[in-house]
Amino acid sequence: MSTDLAIETNSSNSEKKKDGFIVETVKKLVQNKLAVIGLVIIFIQVVLAISAPFIVSYGPYEQDPTATYLGVGSEGHFLGTDNYGRDMWSRIVYGSRISLIVGVSTVAIGLLGGITLGLLAGYFKKLDAIIMRIVDLLFAFPGILLAMLIIAMLGTSLVNVVIAISIWSIPGCARIVRGSVLSVKKQEYVMALRSVGAGNTRILLKHILPNCTAPIIVFATTRMATAILSTASLSYLGLGAQPPTPEWGAMIAAGQNFMWDAPHMAVIPGVAIMLTVFAFNVVGDGLRDALDPNMNV
Amino acid sequence: MISFIIRRMGQLVLLLLGISFIVFMSMHIAPGDPATIIGGPTAKESDLEAIREDLGLNKPVFVQYVDYLKGILQGDFGYSYQNSQPVGEAIATRLPNTIKLAVSSMIVAIIIGLIAGMISAMKQNSWLDVTSTTFALVGVSIPNFWLGAMLILVFAVNLQWLPVSGLSEPFYTMDGMKQLVLPSITLGTASAAIIARMSRSSMLEVVKSDYIRTAKAKGVKHKTVIWVHALRNALIPVITVVGINFGALLGGTIITEQVFAINGIGRLMIDAIAARDFPMVQATVLLVASIFVIINLIVDIIYVKVDPRISYE
Repeated sequence: MSTDLAIETNSSNSEKKKDGFIVETVKKLVQNKLAVIGLVIIFIQVVLAISAPFIVSYGPYEQDPTATYLGVGSEGHFLGTDNYGRDMWSRIVYGSRISLIVGVSTVAIGLLGGITLGLLAGYFKKLDAIIMRIVDLLFAFPGILLAMLIIAMLGTSLVNVVIAISIWSIPGCARIVRGSVLSVKKQEYVMALRSVGAGNTRILLKHILPNCTAPIIVFATTRMATAILSTASLSYLGLGAQPPTPEWGAMIAAGQNFMWDAPHMAVIPGVAIMLTVFAFNVVGDGLRDALDPNMNV
Repeated sequence: MISFIIRRMGQLVLLLLGISFIVFMSMHIAPGDPATIIGGPTAKESDLEAIREDLGLNKPVFVQYVDYLKGILQGDFGYSYQNSQPVGEAIATRLPNTIKLAVSSMIVAIIIGLIAGMISAMKQNSWLDVTSTTFALVGVSIPNFWLGAMLILVFAVNLQWLPVSGLSEPFYTMDGMKQLVLPSITLGTASAAIIARMSRSSMLEVVKSDYIRTAKAKGVKHKTVIWVHALRNALIPVITVVGINFGALLGGTIITEQVFAINGIGRLMIDAIAARDFPMVQATVLLVASIFVIINLIVDIIYVKVDPRISYE
């Protein structure tokens, strides 16, 4: 009986240790008021995006010639309508779908490329010089310019924007992962693994990569903000989503022509972009503080 | 120091070559035959062949690249597919507007950012600090094209204090300055926010250091400690941030020019991308990236100059 009890306490202890890191990070994160606000905004947005067809009364493309330019607070259209009589609320909700899908997919592709290159560059000295010179070269294109070059090459469309922003995310991620790998690979446990005959792939994926998780999570979160902002910018410039797609940036571009009569057409999508980008930025900041305040991301 | 600069110049040349290669190749592998773009869909095969011959498109890619580089060195960037205007000429007439916009925005960003950051650090946790840090957080999240549209809505459409668009007047005239106000705020806000954040944290770090305590203990006036002793060291990381941001700002001019209908390099680039005018895209992208890496080099040199602790070996 007593041994049973001892085993039980032991196992519960080890369990505590196991999720201690995550629990502690979450605890620190929820102490940060701004990060909590950010999490709430993201949560609401995800719910809206998933349940879009159930919470709107009109389709995002549904035109009503008898109800154009309705202002905010109009009956049946609480965010008003645009120049074609399309419901603004519906377009905003469907726009959040586009933003989230584009954000998640660009970050996922960017991480895949960046982590692979970063691991290779950090671990294999011979590859380091070549990979990092390419990364440096990609960093020579300021801001959104690299994405624009890729779009110039592929043509203008939302899918090409996803490809462009994904590629643009790779160098930043590669640099961060490489930095973590360099500091981790010198540690004794890696040497110990090698001495017991563990292969490179095993060491990289099972032992080094998990130790780089913290900076990768922070990078991914702040990158979501950049990806959403950039998608909107490119669509605003006419290089991304094309009308009538309910993309926020494209909606602002269309709304700017009606600034005199219907300013809400440009104001509302902008607020949506701002809230989303703000949310991912503050959650990213919060995560950085919670995981490691000295982290350099 | 001299050898450091020479070495960095060497790296710069390699980097510029790399950039030109990427830009050239990405336009080369882009779908769409330049001859058809120039000749139009109705052009005969013999005409297309003549165009290819004329532009050297029949030569091997690498020869074309070397020819392109040779041309650039002589100031020849090729001809626009859209209107057969020399690309160099189009850029020369547009560049002043972009420079005007970038520089004035950077000035706005540095002034607002530094003042906000310093005040924040000096009055930590006061309402001024809270306001300024909130501004810094919101500033990086606002899409700058939307901020521009909102500023136009308030100051140009409703209040009618400032012009809606354009940058045609010389900047030293009253009208020219008025035209610059809204675009510079639009473009400078994000950078101002980042500079404010950086200078706040950097200042807070510096005032905690031993030499500041020593200075205070010696009886140096509070103002002198802050503005003479602390500021110099606090500015070091800020310089890097300003440098890095100048790049983002150059990227941002492309968008801001579109919002305010300013005829600069950015609008030239966007029109060229939409029209698949490859020589124009090539030249404008190459130009912006080159300016960016040259500015980075200058920032690195200033950095070493300001902080003697950084070795340039």
